Amino acid sequence: MTKALDEIKIGGLGSSRKRVEDNRFIRGKGNYTDDIVLPGMLHMEILRSPLAHARIKSIDTSRAWDIPGVHLVLTGEMMATRNLAWMPTLSYDTQAVLATDKVRFQGQEVACVVADDPYIAKDACEAIQVEYEPLPVIVNPQQATADGAPVIRDDKENQPDNVIYNWEVGDKDGTERAFAQADKISTLSLHYPRSHPSPIECCGSIADFNRATSKLTVYMTTQAPHIIRAAVALVAELPEHMIRIISPDIGGGFGNKVPVYPGYVCSILASILLERPVKWIEDKTGNLISTGFARDVYLEGELALRNDGKILAMRMHTDADHGAFFSDAQPSKFKIGLMHSTFACYDVPVAHLTARGTYSNKAPGGVAYRCSFRVTEAMFFQERMMQQAAYDLGLDQAEFRRVNLVRDDDFPHRTPFGFLTDSGQYAKCLDVGLEAIGYQDFLRQKEEARARGRRLGIGISTMTEPLGAGNSREYDILGIKMFDSAELRVHLTGKAIVRTGARGQGQGHETTWAQIVSHELGLPADDIVVEEGDTDTAPFGMGTYASRSTPVAGAAVAMAARKVRAKARRLAAHLLEVSEEDVEWELGRFYVRSAPDHGVTIQECAMAAYSNMPDGMEPGLEASAYYDPPNLTWPFACYIVTVEVDPDTGVWDVLNVVAVDDCGVRINPMIVEGQIMGGLTEAYAMSNMQFITFDAEGNCVGSNYMDYLLPTAWETPGFELHEVVTPCPHHPIGAKGVGECAAVGGPAAYVNAVMDAIQDTGVRNIDMPVLPDRVWEALTFRRDVSGAPPVRSDG
Amino acid sequence: MTTLYDERAGTDVPTRRITVTVNGETRVAEVEPRLLLAHLLRQGLRLTGTHTGCDTTNCGACTVLVDGKAIKSCTMLAVQADGHSVTTVEGLSGASELHPLQEGFKDEHGLQCGFCTPGMMLAAKALLDRDPNPSEEDVRWALSGNLCRCTGYQNIVKSVLWAAAKLRGEAVSAE
Repeated sequence: MTKALDEIKIGGLGSSRKRVEDNRFIRGKGNYTDDIVLPGMLHMEILRSPLAHARIKSIDTSRAWDIPGVHLVLTGEMMATRNLAWMPTLSYDTQAVLATDKVRFQGQEVACVVADDPYIAKDACEAIQVEYEPLPVIVNPQQATADGAPVIRDDKENQPDNVIYNWEVGDKDGTERAFAQADKISTLSLHYPRSHPSPIECCGSIADFNRATSKLTVYMTTQAPHIIRAAVALVAELPEHMIRIISPDIGGGFGNKVPVYPGYVCSILASILLERPVKWIEDKTGNLISTGFARDVYLEGELALRNDGKILAMRMHTDADHGAFFSDAQPSKFKIGLMHSTFACYDVPVAHLTARGTYSNKAPGGVAYRCSFRVTEAMFFQERMMQQAAYDLGLDQAEFRRVNLVRDDDFPHRTPFGFLTDSGQYAKCLDVGLEAIGYQDFLRQKEEARARGRRLGIGISTMTEPLGAGNSREYDILGIKMFDSAELRVHLTGKAIVRTGARGQGQGHETTWAQIVSHELGLPADDIVVEEGDTDTAPFGMGTYASRSTPVAGAAVAMAARKVRAKARRLAAHLLEVSEEDVEWELGRFYVRSAPDHGVTIQECAMAAYSNMPDGMEPGLEASAYYDPPNLTWPFACYIVTVEVDPDTGVWDVLNVVAVDDCGVRINPMIVEGQIMGGLTEAYAMSNMQFITFDAEGNCVGSNYMDYLLPTAWETPGFELHEVVTPCPHHPIGAKGVGECAAVGGPAAYVNAVMDAIQDTGVRNIDMPVLPDRVWEALTFRRDVSGAPPVRSDG
Repeated sequence: MTTLYDERAGTDVPTRRITVTVNGETRVAEVEPRLLLAHLLRQGLRLTGTHTGCDTTNCGACTVLVDGKAIKSCTMLAVQADGHSVTTVEGLSGASELHPLQEGFKDEHGLQCGFCTPGMMLAAKALLDRDPNPSEEDVRWALSGNLCRCTGYQNIVKSVLWAAAKLRGEAVSAE
């Protein structure tokens, strides 16, 4: 009898297979957008507005045209003659491509120059003279909704004020009744500050329009090439089959590379006008001040509590500042993303959420920065609220969570806002985390340290989050349903290629998709190549963001492989000269049930598909699958952080970080752990130092890496990781999303730890980033510290 | 070779001839005085493994070695490299053999999107060239001029320590 294949050895499910993509990256042979050079290529630079709100009185481009090497200067007026001055956003609003009437945020695109090289293009941008008439500036929702506030979007009909939407979900009356029954009501209000995902690689594109073939090829830093193709087809009115979007290697995305940006559109138009390839590569300041920001939501809410710790009801209100254009990248049905997934891991009988969105003179975006559409804000508020409620009740914060966590035997569980969570071992994850951090010991140490004037603190964050949109009934972007796709082609020698509609940016799809095929077919993972990001060759998909690749595209890979296996079974029956019902499968091999030694390998079946198929069978061995998930996946996590706060300076140091993640079945444990550590670092960054804000004039503070601090290896703490595995009940291989869990659940753990260290002061909130001066202010003056803009200007 | 000039150009753009040894090979180039070293490497010499991320010497994606010292090539002029020796990521490995740092980054999952990786490896090489036996703290300090948004650094540090051990001839986990 033949020995069954060792799945780990062939690089299947559960193997910490080394990454395939590393082979080029470690040699400096990656192929990022800026690495690509096309014959005859020109370079484009963008002139941006120095003012946050101003009427454009005139633009004089004549001096720019005079500079040798300049081929084209584009302004909003010229774009308007082609109906391209404005473009639709992903949230049914419009966004200026190049400003015509007004500029509405600092950094807005005003003109662009195409020249022989980027140095000349930059020179020419400086030679453009723009005359502005400054207008009053709005930098927060309070200003936006004040009486007499200037209307930012006076370009729109039926927009008499700065309010974009009012939205609500849940049971208002039921929630009010429950609050009337409460022993105690605990309240909290905070600002989740604006943040920028800030991948190290900025955005860029190379548009290449070929007049002879009428084909437009665009190399682009995009996480969602098919959405871009659809947008270009609709905006530029080009036939979709004549548009090819290629997303080469991407130097980090984190949501920043989902939207359509004016630079992309301008480079496309420039290439069409000049009939030459036009490259646009943004500089870092351009990236930070104009592209998709995240968060910027004011949250206030309260819990109705029983004295024994049981939550009776929750209600909250969110006020979101969307910037000058409502261009959130999110499912169209929900105005404030999936904010209503808040408290999904707790048994909350009834809840109500209201949300308002407003315009301001700040960059548009509202992208899901390592987040599933506002889930980060939802879970941050939830976990800050949980800690505060525990303090208000005088209960231990871990026990208060345990009392309210959904129990293992309660699944499937309907949340008060209608989500269906389907699996998890929440209490176990909490226990593993408490054990790892040494909870009781730490509480004792904290007491002892306090007696000697030192301030230690511990913060816990437990949460489940909805990852992997669709299903298509509920989730769409601009009407396009959020499914995903895969194609698998097995060649005659048993080697294979997989293509998906996703587009990785460091998640390791080239490694892990092969592992899924390996698991389903028994082909060695090294025999499978993965290709993504070219709309001419990849099947239609919604792209990679919101931790949806493994839940959706990864599922499609498994389903395509199962179709291939079904056909291979028919080939095996033919080769073994038995009926299909008599054929059994083990990894990599079909055999005759009554004679297990008599079998054929999957590779032999592949050869037969091209050389020896039965009469009437279609030749070849390939399949495609479009996967529409029945539900979101619901990973659970418990993050625990301990800190020491210096009472004299407000500086806080992280002592330990413990992460317990239950993301279901892990395809590649090494890659999963890498994702979690990346998320924990971004969580640390948001809580500790990443600070991008605005002064009263709308000047962006944090417009470069000297001001917008990202943690280095020196500040970043070490992490201790643990796992619990509850397979997803509906995903073909039991996997759940994971890439953003730690960035979503992490920030509250860090902030809660600092708040725990100063709990005796009675301070209820310090806004992120919890900078030392804010901690010092809270400790010294015993008051909450708001981080909301405007901040003071220098001088 | 043909060089095309824009008819509007009154005078030629001033250039200077420089000689730079890049990855052991002597290269002679005519460059504008304002050309950044990063752009000479990327556009002029087509060595695109050196990346540019931030323009302000913060991110370190453009780190190369100049005479063995880790330098951010986005804030050094190409003319300043005249007469000097530059090592880029393309010069790390031989034709067939990877440098232990490259092996270490792959083995310890020290990279995800790969954009910061060349700069990280070169900053690490400068460290290991002067200190073959660094502590974790030494590595973290030596890499503190290089930003990574994907990994959280823990595996990068492990990668460098892996390479250090291998360079010292110690046993390391096989790939």
